[in-house]
Amino acid sequence: MRKLLVYLKDYKKECVLAPLFKMLEASFELIVPLVCASIIDVGIANSDQPYIYKMCLVLIGLALVGLASSITAQFFAAKAAVGFATQLRHALFAHIQRFSFTEIDTLGTSTMITRMTSDVNQAQTGVNMVLRLFLRSPFVVFGAMLMAFTIDVRSALIFVVAILLLFMVVFSITLVNIPMIRKVQQKLDQVLNLTRENLLGVRVIRAFCKEEDEVRRFVARNEALTKQQKKSGSISALMNPVTYVIINIAILRLIWTGTLQVEAGILTQGQVIALYNYMSQILVELIKLANLIITLNKALASGNRIADVFEMSSSMTYPEELSQKSVDILSKENGTDTVTFRHVSLNYHNAEEEALTDIDFSAKKGEIIGIIGGTGSGKSSLVNMIPRYYDATGGEVLLHGIPVRDYPEKELTRRIGMVLQKAVLFKGTIASNLQLGRRDATEAEMWDAIRVAQAEDIVKGKGGLRAKIDQGGKNLSGGQRQRMTIARALIKKPEILILDDSASALDMATDARLRAAIRELPDKPTVFIVSQRTSAIKDADQIIVLDDGRMVGRGTHDSLLTDCEVYREIYDSQYRSNTPKEAQHE
Amino acid sequence: MNKKMNTDIHKNTDHKKQSQKITEKNTSNSKLHTFREVLHYVRKYLGWMIVSILLAGIIVALTLYMPILIGTAIDCIVYGSIDFPKIESLLLRGIGVIIATSIAQWIMNVINNKVTYHVVRDIRDEAFHKIEVLPLHYIDGHSSGEIVSRVIADAEQFADGLLMGFTQFFTGVITILGTLLFMVYYSRVITLVVVCITPLSLFVANFIARKTFSMFKLQSETRGEQTALVDEMIGNEKVVKAYGHEKDALDQFDEINERLQNCSLQAIFFSSLTNPATRFVNSMVYAGVAVTGAVSVIMGHMSVGMMSCFLNYASQYTKPFNEISGVVTELQNALACAARIFEFIQEEPQTPEAADAVVLEHAEGAVHCDDISFSYVPDRKLIEHFNLNVKPGQNIAIVGPTGCGKTTIINLLMRFYDVDQGTISVDGTDIRHLTRQSLRKNYGMVLQDTWLRQGTIRDNITMARPDATESEIIQAAKAAHSHSFIKRLPRGYDTIIGEEGGMLSQGQKQLLCITRVMLALPPMLILDEATSSIDTRTEMKIQSAFAKLMQGRTSFIVAHRLSTIQNADVILVMRDGNIIEQGSHEELLARDGFYARMYHS
Repeated sequence: MRKLLVYLKDYKKECVLAPLFKMLEASFELIVPLVCASIIDVGIANSDQPYIYKMCLVLIGLALVGLASSITAQFFAAKAAVGFATQLRHALFAHIQRFSFTEIDTLGTSTMITRMTSDVNQAQTGVNMVLRLFLRSPFVVFGAMLMAFTIDVRSALIFVVAILLLFMVVFSITLVNIPMIRKVQQKLDQVLNLTRENLLGVRVIRAFCKEEDEVRRFVARNEALTKQQKKSGSISALMNPVTYVIINIAILRLIWTGTLQVEAGILTQGQVIALYNYMSQILVELIKLANLIITLNKALASGNRIADVFEMSSSMTYPEELSQKSVDILSKENGTDTVTFRHVSLNYHNAEEEALTDIDFSAKKGEIIGIIGGTGSGKSSLVNMIPRYYDATGGEVLLHGIPVRDYPEKELTRRIGMVLQKAVLFKGTIASNLQLGRRDATEAEMWDAIRVAQAEDIVKGKGGLRAKIDQGGKNLSGGQRQRMTIARALIKKPEILILDDSASALDMATDARLRAAIRELPDKPTVFIVSQRTSAIKDADQIIVLDDGRMVGRGTHDSLLTDCEVYREIYDSQYRSNTPKEAQHE
Repeated sequence: MNKKMNTDIHKNTDHKKQSQKITEKNTSNSKLHTFREVLHYVRKYLGWMIVSILLAGIIVALTLYMPILIGTAIDCIVYGSIDFPKIESLLLRGIGVIIATSIAQWIMNVINNKVTYHVVRDIRDEAFHKIEVLPLHYIDGHSSGEIVSRVIADAEQFADGLLMGFTQFFTGVITILGTLLFMVYYSRVITLVVVCITPLSLFVANFIARKTFSMFKLQSETRGEQTALVDEMIGNEKVVKAYGHEKDALDQFDEINERLQNCSLQAIFFSSLTNPATRFVNSMVYAGVAVTGAVSVIMGHMSVGMMSCFLNYASQYTKPFNEISGVVTELQNALACAARIFEFIQEEPQTPEAADAVVLEHAEGAVHCDDISFSYVPDRKLIEHFNLNVKPGQNIAIVGPTGCGKTTIINLLMRFYDVDQGTISVDGTDIRHLTRQSLRKNYGMVLQDTWLRQGTIRDNITMARPDATESEIIQAAKAAHSHSFIKRLPRGYDTIIGEEGGMLSQGQKQLLCITRVMLALPPMLILDEATSSIDTRTEMKIQSAFAKLMQGRTSFIVAHRLSTIQNADVILVMRDGNIIEQGSHEELLARDGFYARMYHS
């Protein structure tokens, strides 16, 4: 949390002024009992009505000044807290954008979103409350005690004892309760989980006739929740009675001591009343302080979660620019392999087994490489290593003979057009989505890319390049989205085009036309096609067959059919007796 | 107070929105109705509630008595003529009052907690029970998030409101009434001053809440806009990275962020004025009491001790006024939440079992559909006059493009939905005359939409047969080709999988669902795209296991890969909800219709 405080640095002035004005307000409040005491000791004792009216005006004046300083304080506190949250959100968003795929995988989207939204809001409330109350409440408590000392030392000692006791009680109740509240939350989460599970799995639960078992489970968990709530509730239920007892016993004691002091001629009646009023003020502030601790505790937890995200730095660093040597190699590159995998293996963060083992191949300019294999065989992992979304844990991936690690991030993005498995479009227009590929793309270039991606009819059907796209591209079907994402990659005119199972929702004929069009591209990119379907890759110049992360075959369709058992099995499972047997539909 | 008030304002705005919605939809009549419902649940704890209200009365009386005791004691402290024995007895009485008050307070708090949490528990139990008996069309027609939010969030809000209502509303009202009574008794003039000034704080608080409402609305809208952007960009961070879109995204973010900063500042600042403003009003009351009190003392209408007692009332008892305005909105919100839960609880349950429903023991597997018609919505016809005759042990395949209603047939067979017309019978009995449980127990079902629960792999596999032995489990897992990957999990069959299957891939989840059925060995089978997420090679291996399983068992198979269903006895070809062709693979090819076209494409 402490690290997050740097985002307050532009609001130093506000951070000082807000508590200062709060303390000012509190000081005025502390004067009130003294004024009352003099009303009694001077005004009433002398039957001096004008004096009483004067003192009343003083009270109103004090209230007005208090109001003014309090409003000032609220303003500075709000300004600092909101500014803090704004800067924090900006920094967090920018930080998350620097993450590599590894961190994105570990953190998960929903975590990142809650950090950015509700956690930042909690932190904002925390800062606001601290600025407003954290100095004020103790100031009032100790101020009241100090004022008591100025009136009478013997009576003030009662304040010392009472305050110490109250602090102990309030804080121990709060501290005991905080973990209990957390437990309640956990139990509530379990109840929530079970409810969700039952709704999502309603068919399975009914199919297996588990309704009664589920109700029993729920009743048990709900009961556990209720027990925990009552337990935590009976602790916090102690707060009021115990503080009440302490304060009031202290007041009685105060009256008794006061009586003795009046008897001795040390105190006046009005002063005893003033002491009594100070004692009452303390209680209110202490309870506020206890509430503040709970808020603060939540804010701290949120702050720590945010700090955790900041602590996580991108595991990948990119060079600023290509080294001179690399530039030389690139300038005279001729006929070298575009993409080379040299005994590459990949082990995901925290994974037990390698996702890829000893992958070794190279691809030339203009070649089409097909990659095939079962679910979880490592196809996506392999192509994700070309734009360096993940770093090889063994071996090396080379682009034009230069390791991908030596390329600046921009260079890689420019050279490689990646179409991810999940076809995602952003809210905006068709044009704005295509421009993601290249900002300065002309309309003619856009139409070219759209035609190659077999998406002309979609764009025309939607009403041209200016047509609106909803968030996530929800107003397009899966197949339409896939074609749009392909167009988006094509518009880059990349050296390397990667289609990661990105034509799965297209029917055979469209898929075939797409592949033919890609083959005809004027820039002759190297194309990687990942697919589960042999039909999608059988014309490729090279086919790489993966099984459990290992390359179990490499060659053309025909050679693999004779050499590679896995490939033959995949092929047979789709083309038994040489007839296509897949029902296609989009 | 600052913090509490501030959150009150937040809630205020929310409540307004909610209560507006409510008033739009319902009249105050229905609010009354909801209130009556709440009473229905509270009735069980009526005894406790009466005790609680009595205690609240006692507490208020005692707390109001305390300042009087002290005031009287102060009156005895007059220099030179101090009445020590009286003070002593007053203070001793004070100790008794304090102890009695605190014990009563604690008991009341505990009772209130108990009543609140128990009422909410009862409501939740009932709501959950409802989930299990609701007709499928309700659950299919509502997002799970919406129902969860009723059972969890609304119930929680309701509990908060109820608890606050109990603890603060009653004591607040009783305190105000009690204070008034005491004050009127001792001094009418001061009472008049207090009564005139105190409600001001209520007006001020309301005024600010109304003014800030639109600011909070703007804030929450802007926040929503920002969350949407964060969701889109961070949710698709991989695309953002692949296209180097980071800077543009940040610019877009900053633009919204800046707007959010401005409107947040306004909303937070203006709402935080409530507190200083009401405190100011309270100070006015205090000053008013001080001056009228002091003058009364001089005129001899009142003692100094009583005046201090009044000052005490003034500073302590303007509080309930501020609180009650918060409590009222809180209670309104609680009622709105309660209305949503009750609406859910009162949903029509599925048609109850027929009185003469019989238990289907071990089905032979003869399934007859006799002239059945069905549609989800009345004006969109789906299945009409459909006939099917399945002999025991036959395999029926259902094919057709996505969304053509294949799954509907399964919904009807399992009696997740009831037919509108005609009958479906198993072994000659109309399934509406069988108990749902026994009918469903005779089917083994694997759906495309895999569902696993939080728990161990073993719990998930043995769902249908909790008594299965270890070797049976392993045997089933081997048949479903899941054994090899389960073995490699950190703790094998005892590995705990997270919510919705957590770390498992879609294909692995499907394998587990298949294992579940392989273990259950029911007389009839339903496979709805059971292998859609499994790669073709593994699928082929599982097919042989399925083939063995299906032998002698009536089976219904929905598939989109035609290769998997060629051996079926009957293939139903569906399109737009209708069965357009029906026959064996060869017959259908010979007919050269839709099926043949699909097959050859």
